[in-house]
Amino acid sequence: MSSTQLQTNPKLETDLREIAQDIVRRAMTGGASAAECVVREGDEFSTLVRLGQVETLKESGSKSIGVRVFFGQRAASTYSSDFSREGLDRMVSSALALAKITSEDPFGGIPEASQLGSLSADLALYHEDVYSLPGPDRIDYARRAEKAALDFDPRIKNSEGGSFDAATGHKVLANSHGFVGEYRRSYCSVAAVPIAQTDDGAMQRDYWYSVARTLKKLDPPEQVGKVAAERTLRRLCARKAKTAQVPIVFDPMVSTSILEHIFEGVNGDSVYRGASFLAGKLGQNIAGDNVTIIDDGTMPGGFGTSPFDGEGIPTRRTVVVENGVLKSYLLNTYTAKKLGLQTTGNASRGLAGTPGIGPGNYFLQPGTKTPKELISGIKEGLYVTEFLGHGANLVTGDYSRGASGLWISGGEFAYPVEEITVAGNLKELFFNISDIANDLEFRGSVAAPTIRIEGLTVGGE
Amino acid sequence: MDKQRFFFEHYGLAERDLERYLAAALSAGGDYADLYFEYLSSTALMVDESMVKSASQGISAGCGVRVVSGERTGYAYTDDLSADRILHAARTAALIASAPAKTSVAGFQKTAARSLYPVTLPSVDAEITAKVELVMRADKAARAYDPRIKEVRASYSDELRNILVVGSDGTFAEDSQPLARMNVSCIAKTEGNSARGTSGGGGRVALDFFFGDKNPEFFAKESARQAILQLDAREAPAGEMEVVLGPGWPGVLLHEAVGHGLEADFNRKKTSAFAGLVGKRVASEKCTVVDNGTMPWRRGSLNVDDEGEPTQETVLIEKGILKGYLSDKLSARLMGISDTGNGRRESYEHIPMPRMTNTYMLAGQDNPEDIIRSVKRGVYAVNFGGGQVDITNGKFVFSASEAYMIEDGQITAPIKGATLIGNGPDVLTRVSMVGNDLRLDEGVGTCGKDGQAVPVGVGIPTIKVDRLTVGGTAKKDVGGFMQ
Repeated sequence: MSSTQLQTNPKLETDLREIAQDIVRRAMTGGASAAECVVREGDEFSTLVRLGQVETLKESGSKSIGVRVFFGQRAASTYSSDFSREGLDRMVSSALALAKITSEDPFGGIPEASQLGSLSADLALYHEDVYSLPGPDRIDYARRAEKAALDFDPRIKNSEGGSFDAATGHKVLANSHGFVGEYRRSYCSVAAVPIAQTDDGAMQRDYWYSVARTLKKLDPPEQVGKVAAERTLRRLCARKAKTAQVPIVFDPMVSTSILEHIFEGVNGDSVYRGASFLAGKLGQNIAGDNVTIIDDGTMPGGFGTSPFDGEGIPTRRTVVVENGVLKSYLLNTYTAKKLGLQTTGNASRGLAGTPGIGPGNYFLQPGTKTPKELISGIKEGLYVTEFLGHGANLVTGDYSRGASGLWISGGEFAYPVEEITVAGNLKELFFNISDIANDLEFRGSVAAPTIRIEGLTVGGE
Repeated sequence: MDKQRFFFEHYGLAERDLERYLAAALSAGGDYADLYFEYLSSTALMVDESMVKSASQGISAGCGVRVVSGERTGYAYTDDLSADRILHAARTAALIASAPAKTSVAGFQKTAARSLYPVTLPSVDAEITAKVELVMRADKAARAYDPRIKEVRASYSDELRNILVVGSDGTFAEDSQPLARMNVSCIAKTEGNSARGTSGGGGRVALDFFFGDKNPEFFAKESARQAILQLDAREAPAGEMEVVLGPGWPGVLLHEAVGHGLEADFNRKKTSAFAGLVGKRVASEKCTVVDNGTMPWRRGSLNVDDEGEPTQETVLIEKGILKGYLSDKLSARLMGISDTGNGRRESYEHIPMPRMTNTYMLAGQDNPEDIIRSVKRGVYAVNFGGGQVDITNGKFVFSASEAYMIEDGQITAPIKGATLIGNGPDVLTRVSMVGNDLRLDEGVGTCGKDGQAVPVGVGIPTIKVDRLTVGGTAKKDVGGFMQ
């Protein structure tokens, strides 16, 4: 390095598309048989207000670049945050050198030219208005959310704060088949984390948030604060439950975790290694016939939407599970080749390494009952509102997690419970989803309604 | 070895530039400002199906500017280390305060150099072929362990983080922090059955570390052993029972149950279940727990923390009595306690906060075999995945990946992985025996807080907890409700 790094080239600063294509050209000139470059640029703003006072304000932007090169079927990747001429040269030459030490992998390579492309419709992913609020109003969003929580009930005595966040991201992908695509996405959120306390000093904390791609769709901060307070208050005076096998209802905030386990199970990377309890189950029943799971990367405005995936494949809608039958794995180019299948456009690309697999908008089809109707049929059971820890073994399907929630008695919430575990096996669990409610709402790229599951063991006293 | 002056030599920085940036940061007042320069280079290699499928290298550099005004923190960062961009970040962070500019900073006091990880050749600069050899050897050894080992993934990663921290209080600290790690994960398969095992280790070490005792074969065999063992594991029990934790990595109990709850920020805000308990009994008198950032070569160790403060050994719990908290600069000032050198951050993009380093329980008097023999019926857990804690209500979990039943004082059958759940402020009061066999983990821990990941270490001797809830499925333990 030298001090010339301090000089910036204005052209490089402004045209990320040009940089990405240039890096691909340089890699090819350097002898690569194929190359792919990703450039990411982002800005973030966040503020946290605690007990009415601004606690943190953060505002910044950053930019990074990564290249993946192939020599035949050997691959390597490098990345950098240094966009100087020397920085980029070094990134390319390091990748070319590094590819010489990796193995020939018969399934390696970028996608075929004919597979590449980008959805042309307006996917409504970017709204400049996330940054349109003046600074004081942003702080006010955070303050209003927290205040609504603090004012809701005298037992809300403390707070980890209210927050407002906004971010925009810009991604460019180019490869040596001539593909170049780019898109921007925006994001804003408001959240509150109140703490409730009983007279004996015992505390509980919970949270609520709203997230959207445009300010127009963000819930009012007052609404967020109120829900956060309600969720926190209902945890007060929690007891331990008795060890038992009872019906368990998953709140939508935790039912998404069940969907994530299926995602990990159909992830092509786990499938080809036989590291998934769902490997080899294509076309077979893996769940009850009330279970249909969709992955759709094309939904306008969706949190999991993009015009193309991490390898430049247009995103699509994939039925993963239909009426309990496993219809498709979720794949990128490499895992598709390994399994003799076609990519589903689910490649996810970080700056470095080989592409992984990520969801689009991935969700469980809702049923018809309201959550209340679903609970009203349960004599004794557990309503889980929070999981602690990550106790799911995708190889064996063994499932054991820390939990807290509400005890159900006579079809109604009776009292809060905590310091308990919920355990079973994922292979059986998906067949034991006895009810699915109608309350599907996207709060991220993975969404599921309230669900009822039989046959799990609650571990407690 | 001139690992110091990195940013001066590579970016042409001079002390007067640093003073100018800090002055811009304090241009709207504020009590304190600091700059954190970071230059991180890293390597990662992965072998799968006996092929080196992935190799990557990268560089990330930037500077974070923090301005503190009372309890308020303004933060901005740049990945462009030009004067213009740093000044812009400084002026952005400055907006947190609203007062006349502070007088300029004059003079820095360099933090005395320590050398907890004196590598001569940082592993990131070592020959890549030697690293390839490590992952290939791991693959071979795991497959050779048992024909039922069908899938092996071995990875190696390292990094070198050069940092410079300067503060308006005269803080001036530089460090060059190596970190290396190997990981081996195996899947064992038989007709109709499969199981996984993982093992790994490392530290702030050079590449030669992996050519000693803790070589690829060591981690590969351990990973394969766990996978084979799990093939025959039976269902874990459910409910409260006696639990014996083996030495080493099960120290993750301390990290979750008490460590996070003792981070000063949570206690300053009174959001921790441990708030106000200093001087009170929170553990049995057999328990003494420390956080120690000064252990040579350890993954959780640092010469200076990410605020430029030297790390130290801090007693958290002494013979069962809570002694104090883990603090950074902000909490130390606001709470009127000393700075324990635990201010850490994931990168220049992040605001520092109190974090653990290496957290462990001191050895006791009990013979580990006597501890096992004392249990009528319980669980002996020797390896864990991760854990998590809700610091406000104190509930924590950690997930056993290798555990056995203890029946009539004898270790019997291996059981499937199960989550253990307890309450932080009282779990250690139920520790009735503490072994004489303190061990630290192999160097794999990464702790997440507020979305920031930092490397940490844990350790514990064999201990017995008289009552802890085990989250298994074994039917014979299930009573109660039928519908």
